[in-house]
Amino acid sequence: MASVELTNVRKVYAGGVEAVKGVDIDIKDGALCVLVGPSGCGKSTLLRMIAGLESITGGTVEIDDKVVNDLGPAERDIAMVFQNYALYPHMKVYDNMAYGLRNRGMPKDQIDKRVREAAATLELTHLLERRPRELSGGQRQRVAMGRAIVRNPKVFLFDEPLSNLDAKLRGQMRVEIKNLQRQLGVTSVYVTHDQLEAMTLADILVVMNAGAVEQIGAPLDIYEKPASTFVASFIGAPPMNLIPVTADESGLILKDGTRIGAQGIVVSDKDAIIGFRPEDLEVATGTESHIGGLLLDLKVLGVEPVGAESYVYGIIGGERVVVRVAGRSVSQPDDHLRVIIPKEKLHLFGGNGKRI
Amino acid sequence: MASSTRVTFPNKVLPYLLLAPQLAITIVFFYWPASQAIRQSVLREDPFGLSTQFVGLGNFKRILSDPNYLNSLQVTIVFSIATAVIAMGFALLFAVMADKVIRGKGVYRTLMIWPYAVAPAIAGMLWLFLFNPSMGTFAYMIRSAGYNWDPLLNSNQAMLLVVAAAAWKQISYNFLFFVAGLQSIPKSLIEAAAIDGAGETKRFWTIIFPLLAPTTFFLLVVNTVYAFFDTFGIIHAVTGGGPGKATETLVYKVYNDGFVNLILGDSAAQSVILMVIVIGLTAIQFRYVERKVHYG
Repeated sequence: MASVELTNVRKVYAGGVEAVKGVDIDIKDGALCVLVGPSGCGKSTLLRMIAGLESITGGTVEIDDKVVNDLGPAERDIAMVFQNYALYPHMKVYDNMAYGLRNRGMPKDQIDKRVREAAATLELTHLLERRPRELSGGQRQRVAMGRAIVRNPKVFLFDEPLSNLDAKLRGQMRVEIKNLQRQLGVTSVYVTHDQLEAMTLADILVVMNAGAVEQIGAPLDIYEKPASTFVASFIGAPPMNLIPVTADESGLILKDGTRIGAQGIVVSDKDAIIGFRPEDLEVATGTESHIGGLLLDLKVLGVEPVGAESYVYGIIGGERVVVRVAGRSVSQPDDHLRVIIPKEKLHLFGGNGKRI
Repeated sequence: MASSTRVTFPNKVLPYLLLAPQLAITIVFFYWPASQAIRQSVLREDPFGLSTQFVGLGNFKRILSDPNYLNSLQVTIVFSIATAVIAMGFALLFAVMADKVIRGKGVYRTLMIWPYAVAPAIAGMLWLFLFNPSMGTFAYMIRSAGYNWDPLLNSNQAMLLVVAAAAWKQISYNFLFFVAGLQSIPKSLIEAAAIDGAGETKRFWTIIFPLLAPTTFFLLVVNTVYAFFDTFGIIHAVTGGGPGKATETLVYKVYNDGFVNLILGDSAAQSVILMVIVIGLTAIQFRYVERKVHYG
């Protein structure tokens, strides 16, 4: 039970590369914080700095209101689940889970009790005498979790724990991790590059890009109000459509010169970007009004039916976009559709990519 | 599993053709000399090769009851164990240290590997020059420190010197394998152990050392064979088997009896026994030691 607070945390490597550029995150007791971003954005480095596996160049990391910058990983009372699970291959599952407790000098009977409890929680009891190589990927994942919860630490750290599993198992384990974390109420930091994992798991979502935090907030807030074009295109699948436009007094102009109606939309920047989610487009039948929205012409490139819905790929004003349509789409390549973006669903970004 | 991945050749002759060079080399350089040795070991021949007499197991009986031979066996065991333990111990220590070096890692490793490129006889000469009681630099230093250093007369010191020389040469080889072994241990395991509260020493003995077991096992086999057979040049250069017969290993005795004293039958019988010992050692190592090794 502990809060985790990062204040202006920086990491500069020996070569002068700045991997983490001043990050502030405040994680309340019992919350699950997900760090998400593309490879090389510094999210793993940040996690390893919380773990004590990576030195901290600047700023402070506090666990339970105590600065832990100079403490070793063992003294921070954290547990980490690694991407490759990092199970000790020469030890049985039981010993893998007991190792950390033995190192802390816990009496044997207590170790046994804790390991058996954790094993029961994770349905590992029948596997305790096996070695890691005799387990499937999902079982290894569970053992790694078991090794973390058996220690009853202040903080759980997860470093892309599901990325080695197949899609079905990943979905299943995601739910289990969430439930387990809720049940135990242990503050957790979870690193992933998978935006779906990030959206579904997070109490507090941190989107990172190039060593800096792009946006922090509740997952749905971030989805609905992305702070930048980077966040807009990273969160959500398929990603938000982004179309660069230029603005003058009377409205917006697409790059191919098409002037689009934009009543009531005021853009101060000359160069701007309009964004809209694939599901927020309405296909016009010709009769409805589009007052307060944008009416655009979409040239269909192709249709991808995925079952419950279809993705219509097309071009608006020279830019590729995707539209999500319920059920099946009857559109054919080279069809022209008239689509409406309702005004309240429109996202506007300035030339620098920041939300206006 | 194995049967499904097996390669089958439609041509009946081709597989044997492909195997032929390997088989030819094995036959010419191993089976032929080995069978010659076995044949020779049951014969008694005069030094000029003029008369040959079949004596059955006579040669074996004689050498096995020869106190010189038994002494040589004991010398070999002491020498081999000492060499293997020292060579592997130091190599492991150096490899662990080298693993911690961040700057100049490559240079450090390259320097560590050099001794392996030195021929055994040259290595022996180097050590002899350093420790020869009459002209050795280190011998002079040891003597001026008040220690009576004379490996030409003191058999324990002679043994120490050949073991040191033999181990020194083998450390590089072992070092190379231990470094590779250490590199193959995922870093996350060490980190997980650190988070699990294991200090550096504890991590080494509970995680790293057990995971190095395959490497250690392999090196144990290689080092034993090395100490048995490949140290002839070093012993020849440093002590010549002396003083007395204090450093006369089995291989050295084979050479002495066969090529110096020309007792061909005895020498052949000894090499047959050596062959059996090595086959036995290898079998024991693979059958019993390997069971305790965890691969991956």
